[in-house]
Amino acid sequence: MGRSDHAIEAVDLRRTYRARTGWLRPTRTEVEAVRGVTFTVGRGELFGLLGPNGAGKTTTIKLLNTLLIPTSGTARVCGFDVEKDTREVRRRIGYVFGGDRGLYDRLSALDNLRYFAELYGVAPREQKRRIAELLDLVGLAGRERERVEGYSRGMRQRLHIARGLLHGPDVLFLDEPSIGVDPVAARELRRTVADLAATGTTVLLTTHYMAEADELCDRIAVIADGQIQALGTPSELRRRADGRRVVEVEAYGVPESAVDALRGLPGVRETAVEARGALQLLTVHSDAHVDVQGDVLRELSGIRLGRVNSREPTLEDAYVAIVSAA
Amino acid sequence: MRTVRMLAIGTLMHVKQISRSPFELAIALVVPVVQATLAVYLFRSGGEEHRLLEAAVGAGVMGVWSSVLFGSGGAIQTQRWMGTLEMIMLAPRRPVLVILPITIATGLTGIYALLATLLWGRFLYGIKLDFAHPVAFVVAAVVCVVALGMFGLLLASTFVLMRNANALANTLEYPVWLVSGMLLPITVLPAWTSPIAAALPTTWGARALREATSGGPVWPSVGICLGVSLLCLVLGGLALTHVERRARAAATLALA
Ligand SMILES: Nc1ncnc2c1ncn2[C@@H]1O[C@H](COP(=O)(O)OP(=O)(O)O)[C@@H](O)[C@H]1O
Ligand SMILES: [Mg+2]
Repeated sequence: MGRSDHAIEAVDLRRTYRARTGWLRPTRTEVEAVRGVTFTVGRGELFGLLGPNGAGKTTTIKLLNTLLIPTSGTARVCGFDVEKDTREVRRRIGYVFGGDRGLYDRLSALDNLRYFAELYGVAPREQKRRIAELLDLVGLAGRERERVEGYSRGMRQRLHIARGLLHGPDVLFLDEPSIGVDPVAARELRRTVADLAATGTTVLLTTHYMAEADELCDRIAVIADGQIQALGTPSELRRRADGRRVVEVEAYGVPESAVDALRGLPGVRETAVEARGALQLLTVHSDAHVDVQGDVLRELSGIRLGRVNSREPTLEDAYVAIVSAA
Repeated sequence: MRTVRMLAIGTLMHVKQISRSPFELAIALVVPVVQATLAVYLFRSGGEEHRLLEAAVGAGVMGVWSSVLFGSGGAIQTQRWMGTLEMIMLAPRRPVLVILPITIATGLTGIYALLATLLWGRFLYGIKLDFAHPVAFVVAAVVCVVALGMFGLLLASTFVLMRNANALANTLEYPVWLVSGMLLPITVLPAWTSPIAAALPTTWGARALREATSGGPVWPSVGICLGVSLLCLVLGGLALTHVERRARAAATLALA
């Protein structure tokens, strides 16, 4: 026990949620959130779980950090079984989730950190130094005596991170840490995470931002529908889009039927529609040797269009290809 | 030693968090006045002028009990709403050590009601604060808070298992006031209530405080109060371990 080359090992993890809905006539619903997830993360690695909303990222993280018991399958963190050696696992992990809940609002940041330092077993004589160090790291030094209720979203997020690092965890779980954080703060956050990994902390990061995963992660698992669809380094994943070409069209008010028609065009592999304010961004993936731009524009005739652009695929396109194939 | 320190700091932080709530503040301002008034009129009309202080103390203990009942009974739900439940349960500690500071904090914020009731009684109604055993009174008050905190842990861990915990808490408030003799001596109650009374730490806490106020042996009641609540602590601790595992299986540590 404890002798393992891997910081995290997940073997065929599954998790089903059972819920009762309805009041007069309650019905039982079951959601298979995670359906057989297997992967390993090496010590000191920065590993990304990338996937759309509802893919099962949070569930996977909670199975690994002991907050949920797997329906089946096993997982080890630092060599300890997450279900049987819960306390040993908890001693070695930190958990940070995105959003602004999970803090004591009527306490100051300092009190929040003092409380969790005690709770997480930081030695009393080290607490002061450790807390000061972390306030510095996350840029909250000087504001630590203010109550958290007055904090901005970004400040709360940084306080979350400081809390997650109090006891110097070997493995850090970050669940969508940049959600709702402004771009500048998100960049700072990515730097902090990269620094942590550089100094030997193993990081498991979930995100639905491709760019974030690309910039930070040594390896990425793309998860959709509770299953890992692809796993590799960013450059390996990028190759998933080899042999493709991408046409992007800005349009206003595209009906569902037109998108379906695009999907049927010869040479087209995938289409995606993303709403961006008033306009919609249509992305059409095709075989590289087929020029579909003319056909696409013909199908969209009569619809108001903006910029049209044909380009080489990016990692984001690879991600789209993997997820939509799921 | 480290554990005691953790419990103390945890309690302090939860007292801060609870006592800074505007809702709690409003209650803390109003309720003691009502209670002091209630105590005074109940007993003045009964012609028991000399029992006024005792009545005020009884009313104050009622305040402590209400704080523990609602605060501790809903402790786990409150933490869940704040999103802090997962973060505290992730601590590498026994669940009982994580929740106990919260329930003791509800007792401590309740003691404010006791003090305020006494002060209002003094200023509004001129009740003389001449305790028979002032030192014993302070000790009994501290024991009472800790004991109710432990009792609160049992409430916290069992209420969370029930669907209608809130309704249950509401229905428990007055009966426990009555049965444990906070306002009226239990001797005036029907005989069948006495075994229930004997099993409640509130009975012994209220009795110790009453004895310290008007004269009596005090320490036996203090001892039994502690004994009963230690038993509650053990039962509550066992229940919590079960609750924690169940919550991890049923995914109820966070709001869905
Ligand atoms: N507590 C829960 N009860 C029932 N269903 C849940 C619960 N938590 C998540 N789910 C469902 O499980 C699936 C995966 O959710 P989640 O792991 O949160 O995904 P992600 O973090 O990738 O967005 C979703 O369909 C979600 O609705
Ligand atoms: Mg999520």
